[in-house]
Amino acid sequence: MELVIRGGRVVSPDQKIDALKDILIANGKIKAIDQPGSFDSLSGVKKIDASQKIITPGFFDVHVHLREPGLEYKETIASGTRAAVLGGFTSVACMANTLPVNDSAITTRYILEKARDAGQSRVFPIGAVTKGLKGEELADIGFMVEAGVRAISDDGMPIMNSALMRKAMEYAATFDIPIISHAEDLNLSKDAPMNEGAVSALLGYRGNPAASEEIMVAREIALARLTGARVHIAHISTIEGVNLVRRAKEAGLNITAEVTPHHLLMSDQLLMKCDHGCNHRHSRADYKMAPPLRSAEHQEVLLEALNSGVIDIIASDHAPHGCMDKETEFELAANGILGLQTTVPLMLGLVQHKKLSLSRMIQALSSAPAKLFSHNAALSVGNDADITILDLEQKWKLTPEMLASKSSNSPFLGREFQGAVMATIVGGDVKWSTEK
Amino acid sequence: MQNLITIRELSETQLRKFLSLSFQIKKNPEQFSQTLKGKNILLFFVENSTRTKLSFENAVKKLGGTHVSFTGGASSMAKGESLLDTVKTILQYGADALVMRHSSGGAIDWLADACNLPAINAGDGHHEHPTQALLDSMSLMEQWNLSPDQELPFKGKNILIVGDIYHSRVARSNIHGLTKLGAEVTLVAPKTLMPSDLSLFPKVKVIHRMDTPHGKEILANADAVMMLRLQLERQKVAFFPTTQEYRHFWGLTVERAKLLKPSAVILHPGPMNRGVEIDSEVTDSKQSLILKQVENGVWARMAAFKGVFEWNS
Repeated sequence: MELVIRGGRVVSPDQKIDALKDILIANGKIKAIDQPGSFDSLSGVKKIDASQKIITPGFFDVHVHLREPGLEYKETIASGTRAAVLGGFTSVACMANTLPVNDSAITTRYILEKARDAGQSRVFPIGAVTKGLKGEELADIGFMVEAGVRAISDDGMPIMNSALMRKAMEYAATFDIPIISHAEDLNLSKDAPMNEGAVSALLGYRGNPAASEEIMVAREIALARLTGARVHIAHISTIEGVNLVRRAKEAGLNITAEVTPHHLLMSDQLLMKCDHGCNHRHSRADYKMAPPLRSAEHQEVLLEALNSGVIDIIASDHAPHGCMDKETEFELAANGILGLQTTVPLMLGLVQHKKLSLSRMIQALSSAPAKLFSHNAALSVGNDADITILDLEQKWKLTPEMLASKSSNSPFLGREFQGAVMATIVGGDVKWSTEK
Repeated sequence: MQNLITIRELSETQLRKFLSLSFQIKKNPEQFSQTLKGKNILLFFVENSTRTKLSFENAVKKLGGTHVSFTGGASSMAKGESLLDTVKTILQYGADALVMRHSSGGAIDWLADACNLPAINAGDGHHEHPTQALLDSMSLMEQWNLSPDQELPFKGKNILIVGDIYHSRVARSNIHGLTKLGAEVTLVAPKTLMPSDLSLFPKVKVIHRMDTPHGKEILANADAVMMLRLQLERQKVAFFPTTQEYRHFWGLTVERAKLLKPSAVILHPGPMNRGVEIDSEVTDSKQSLILKQVENGVWARMAAFKGVFEWNS
């Protein structure tokens, strides 16, 4: 079955494409890209009318928690990848903190098999760096690479032992895969449910200082310099963290960084009122994540760094949690919020308000993440037809029923958006579309 | 639903109204003996407490109400039941208001919300302890013959709060309360026990040492010194080397108390670590209001019930 996407504006900044083009897809691959109307004479093909819409290379979310195996009450690979395609993502990379931990080829293969069965977005399992995420000994990194792993991370269980991290980087470099670091000095952030600052002082919570991130970003950069490894800094949240990444890039090190929509859009002030005009009852735990929401001055710098390219990638850190994980004492509540269905619309909001350029947004959601995972996502003839189509005008409101995720821990419930995902095409298959 | 959870969110007028009510009740408790008639109050104390719990029990009794009392640790919560489930279970026995102490800041907000009950905060984490601030201000007003019916009654008064500000809900409620009432508040603590950013608090002075000439001068100018309990059970990390060193630099020792004006008064929310943050002789001196604070606790808590039920009626 052939498919034509017609009438849309194709934007693929890395390929220097920004023009009205029609795309012909056959057998899951891009068969041709040509002037509007070029394929109008073809009969027996399915057509998507993309006029007034933006067509981009498929979006790739490099930081997702799919929770399966082991924590299926929060999310499954099927529900999470469904949320991904509803949110415009053709690929997701899932973190290793499942039960069991993805620290072996067996678990990696299990995840890939479940992802195939689900048939929604592509899934790139991220392997653990250390066995059981315990920070003690290396996981079966080589075997996992053979099974399909293209990056490793202990994510929320950062490796405090610098000597072990050095070895992990050297070993990862041996297989030419990046190591993803959740930069947090756990001694500094111990028992701290939120950012350290004026708000934590007022509310009487222990604070996680920006220094906790800065120290570890600095360490990862030092170790990258020592080992030559590719290092990716997950969900960067601080001014100095950004400055360190900028300097490391200037020095020619192989460092990349991602930022989440929530760190771009929200500050710790929200923990005081637990409301940001969403007309929905939110609890303080809805704003709890790691790294925590920082004070407002960090937001501006993050946005600037995303625009300038110091921050390469936008990632959701989609972290589903059941209500019992959140409806508890704030200090005990689980870290994290949903992100797969809100990331693209929230970023379109920034584009709408001219705070982020459309081309930077598309790069940070498609080519940059694909590059991190050595995945070819360009809109080129012969490539897999992974395509996201955006509607910049559509107005809508996020309600709990719209969530494909098994959890509903989103501070953005009730929010009104302008800009939506019109269709998500994976390997030539329209997985989701507002048409029909 | 309106609750008494923080002093921060009270207006100056509302705060003075609570104090005014406290004095009315103290003057004529009989008049209020039916205030809570037919009402059952859930006293939910997940963290240890002696005086707060006893004074709340007493307050309910004097107002003609009944209470069910729950102390955490000894029951289902120890078996792993969630806080929300525990409270919802207890509420099936019937309750008209929730009084709660909990080691987690903000726990009372979402519980009161989830249970849709009027709530009084009996101390939440390091956040606030509003009834303590009421009884402290009440004790100071009595001492200084001030009326809560006049605006900014503490104008011109210098009040020191000394000790573990970082972990202290008593300090947080009092910073808001005393400044709302017009006092000049100075916080004294080593940097390890002082929040790093006080910019969202009302304007206060901060000093870190009491043994310096400047510290001594501030002490000599104080009209009241509120010593905080050193919360030894919360010191998970070393905030200072030894209790001896703490006493030496921040304790209200006999020698240091001599620097105070004769008219200055000394408060402590209790329980005290005698010989650490405050010397025994100072505790029992004529300048000490410590036992008066305990007595006023009952009146202040009666006023809290009366005020909260009035809000919600």
